[in-house]
Amino acid sequence: MHDFVSIFASLDSPGIYLGWGAFQIQLGNLIVILVMILLFVLALFLPFPSGRKRK
Amino acid sequence: MSLRENPPRESAPTPVSTGSNPEDAVYHTWTGRARVALLRRLPADKLLPEDQPGYVASWIYVFGMGAIVSLVFILASGVILGLNGPAWYHLSDLGHFVNSVHLWSVELFFMTMVVHLWGKYWMAAWRGGRTLTWITGMGAFLVSIVTAFTGYLLQTNFDSQWIAFEGKDALNAAGIGAWFNVANLGQIFMFHIILLPLAVGAVVALHVVLVRMHGVVPPLEAADTDAQLQPGAQGDAGEAGR
Repeated sequence: MHDFVSIFASLDSPGIYLGWGAFQIQLGNLIVILVMILLFVLALFLPFPSGRKRK
Repeated sequence: MSLRENPPRESAPTPVSTGSNPEDAVYHTWTGRARVALLRRLPADKLLPEDQPGYVASWIYVFGMGAIVSLVFILASGVILGLNGPAWYHLSDLGHFVNSVHLWSVELFFMTMVVHLWGKYWMAAWRGGRTLTWITGMGAFLVSIVTAFTGYLLQTNFDSQWIAFEGKDALNAAGIGAWFNVANLGQIFMFHIILLPLAVGAVVALHVVLVRMHGVVPPLEAADTDAQLQPGAQGDAGEAGR
């Protein structure tokens, strides 16, 4: 378990890289980009909670 | 020694009213004219509104505020880090925690700012005289990138050393290496804690004031006849049109 955590937590670790042909990206960066896209899509479709009546 | 009366002073010129509207008064000082001009562009009910148009009740409108909240956390944690120094944030538990708060606030700041940017891009938020609002938003994005870069240089570890010595060649090639020397820790520290935060704060403040002046941009599908877009509506979105 400690080894697993240390992969993600250690500053000395070069990180995990994913590659498709010439395209390469660090796993952490890919996760951040995917989360941003998810937030954007959810923001468009999730209903906003109705508070007090607006004009 | 006797007390002398002060010579009678000319009374300050009073505004000459040309009508019943106080805004029509003629002011003789630049401060008076500036006040009237500023209040005309940004009256108090626009600066601190009581309510927002109904179309603002959407999740896509919350990311700008999310970025501002993240910026507040960045500035607060940054002040603590700057006052205690690298030995503290490298070696103590509390220092590690505040350092992590600073990092993750930056992550959230960029994530919310970029989703805000996507939302505004796809609703063409520069419509209705909001060009400068769009430009200041892009300016805030670019200055934030430079600020974050100087932050990575201040980690005072092998990572920051690597980034500095990879970056110096690009900056030298661009001709600015003499004024922005990424290998000079003291200079980058000053950039990161004084100049660039001031720049980010100023651009973000101007951006927010411009949003308040022009009102929150309406959705693309909002009809011209929508009551909320008519002059005099809350936020005065109708003033700028679409």
